[in-house]
Amino acid sequence: MTSSTTAMTTEHGAAAHARGGISNPILGMLLFITSEVMFFAGLFAAYFNVRAAGPIWPPLEFADKLHIFPLVGPATVLLILSSFTCQVGVWAIRRNDRRGLTRAIAITVILGATFLVMQAIDYTSLYAEGLRLDAGPFGSTYYTLTGFHGAHVLGGVIMLSVVLYRSLSGQFSAAHHDMVEATSMYWHFVDVVWIALFSILYIL
Amino acid sequence: MATTAMTPAASAYRAGLYEWLTTTDHKKIGILYLVNSLIFFFVGGLLALAVRTELAMPGIQFFKEVVYNQLFTMHASFMLFLFVIPILAGFGNYAVPLMIGAPDMAFPRINALSFWMLPLAGILMATGFLTNGGAAAAGWTSYSPLAEKAYSGMGTDLWIVAVILIGTSSILGAINFLVTIFKMRAPGMTMFRMPIMVWTMLVTSVLVLLATPVLASALIMLFIDRNYGGHFFDPATGGNAILWQNVFWFYSHPAVYIMVLPAMGIVSEVLPVFSRKPLFGYKAFVFATAGIGALGFSVWAHHMFTTGSVYLPFFSLMTFLIAIPTGVKMFNWIATLFRGQLTFSTPLIFALGFVSMFLIGGINGAFSAVVPVDFAIHDTYWVVAHLHYVLFGGSVFGVFAGVYYWFPKMTGRMLNEGLGKVQFVLMFVGVNLTFFPMHQLGLVGMPRRIADYSSAAGWNDLNLLATVGSFIIGASMLPFLWNVFISLSSGKPAGDDPWEGNTLEWATSSPPPPYNFDRLPEIRSERPVFDLRHRPRPESADLQLAAEASAAPESAGPAGHH
Repeated sequence: MTSSTTAMTTEHGAAAHARGGISNPILGMLLFITSEVMFFAGLFAAYFNVRAAGPIWPPLEFADKLHIFPLVGPATVLLILSSFTCQVGVWAIRRNDRRGLTRAIAITVILGATFLVMQAIDYTSLYAEGLRLDAGPFGSTYYTLTGFHGAHVLGGVIMLSVVLYRSLSGQFSAAHHDMVEATSMYWHFVDVVWIALFSILYIL
Repeated sequence: MATTAMTPAASAYRAGLYEWLTTTDHKKIGILYLVNSLIFFFVGGLLALAVRTELAMPGIQFFKEVVYNQLFTMHASFMLFLFVIPILAGFGNYAVPLMIGAPDMAFPRINALSFWMLPLAGILMATGFLTNGGAAAAGWTSYSPLAEKAYSGMGTDLWIVAVILIGTSSILGAINFLVTIFKMRAPGMTMFRMPIMVWTMLVTSVLVLLATPVLASALIMLFIDRNYGGHFFDPATGGNAILWQNVFWFYSHPAVYIMVLPAMGIVSEVLPVFSRKPLFGYKAFVFATAGIGALGFSVWAHHMFTTGSVYLPFFSLMTFLIAIPTGVKMFNWIATLFRGQLTFSTPLIFALGFVSMFLIGGINGAFSAVVPVDFAIHDTYWVVAHLHYVLFGGSVFGVFAGVYYWFPKMTGRMLNEGLGKVQFVLMFVGVNLTFFPMHQLGLVGMPRRIADYSSAAGWNDLNLLATVGSFIIGASMLPFLWNVFISLSSGKPAGDDPWEGNTLEWATSSPPPPYNFDRLPEIRSERPVFDLRHRPRPESADLQLAAEASAAPESAGPAGHH
């Protein structure tokens, strides 16, 4: 007989369903990230469409504005760095190192929050320079793309804070840390979106 | 060893209303989905009757143009976003875990969240009628610049927020379905033993997962345009109106498959049971479903042929290609019926209604894919005829096939066959009277979304006929409601398996216990309950084997089965 029919003799129940492979919460998070990719794809599509329609990009009146803010480079470095610290936390809890997890996630939360503060400063100075949400297609796309990314960073910082709290109260172990893995995946995704955004807004 | 013993969990149900408001049981959530969706179906239906009443005769009789625009916009929005999509998700919710032998969905609390967003969104959308400018009136497609600030009021903002909520609900539901289907199948339930209904929910969920977020981003950009001075879609301020159509249809074309694939799944469950035959070409059907899903992402611009900014040959060709997997399905259904022992119970009759009406909707759809023809019939009543043959003649008949098929499982009581047949006849006659004349109206040039037309145009008789038909459809709901009302209290007791079904939901009690199964039959094909009913060996030998199995669980393979 095949193994599938032999499996009929096992006890039926929730445990019987959790057969090897990826766990339910992590598969759920991967699917959620897939939908998030499509969400940003819609925004990016709008950006490229508007950009292709404009004769000069960025428009002349804003051409030099984006570069007056010197912190966007460091902010990008910090966010990329936070992906590494987050992953260090995941590796730590896989070794059952709770202290290492707590330390790494705490650093990640601080880096993420710093990124948000820097973005707020960036917004303030750009706003003062006249680059606003209603300042033509450039302003609309710039704030919508970076704003929704910022909202995702905020969501990630909140999730990481919950991970930190649960880590401090000792709820994770090498066997039980689905939330750490899932949050880390989400955080990497947010990071990758920023790399794409930074490339199209500041480099290309 | 044909069945597997389980330890029944303690009862998870609390009493009454509190249980229904707080439940995380996929069966109860599924029923909540069905009831909520049917309420919006009836409200949307009344709006449609208002539209048809205004159009019965030339001239403005009952509703001014401003109100008329709200009526058809809200009719479409209720029917698409709050009836067809959620009710099919409701059937999926009820049936999928049962059909794959799972105790519940993968994330029961997210499941409850997905449901409760829907009534909230529906109420939010409907409150548009109470605002100064009235409800959303830019059509369910909300084309720019009609949906921009200059031309529409707060009703459109409420509409946007409601549709984003519904989309979020759909995405969460899709994640739940996919994890459930991939991870929660009972032992022996391989992918190619899954019922077709489960396959269609799988493909539908992939479509929701990939398409709906794009609609969310489009709606958010529209919201920014309207409220924060954005410049995405309004040409007057440097935006691009065609961009809206692209992102909107990138969602909304896959969405038409979201609105019909699960109904195809229901029909594919019903036809084999009432033909006493297996579904013809199971694997072909699965691949056809996947093919429709994949092709569904490459045809969105066929809604935009007349904009002049899409590559016509490509999108026309891809649209024709969709006719191939759809034709495969049509062939499979007819071949399933061919030489079957048909019992004309209500589920089969509604399924036959689906097959015949969907055929018309498919043919007039392929007709519209011809670019020069589309240039002539674009935005005419031809399109209205096409979409209603697919969505009403198709999906709604599928929905009622599902209601009659699973009502006994959900409630433990049968619906009345006689009243069901009265409903079917009224519905079938009404649908064809309403929507068939619209083909002709479209061909002679009557545009859609108008409140008035000239009596000299020669459209009077066909419009009156369509209005009469629509009231017959409305009347067909009365025997249905009466049927549900009386059957809930005094319907014939159903028993576990009133139809002699094939799939696992018929192997448990009606209604099933909170944990779904006391025993699961052995799953060796896509028809495990059929296999159980037609076992080659007598019951006593089975019991003997079961006793051996409990003595030595590892060694008791079902060696005598083949």
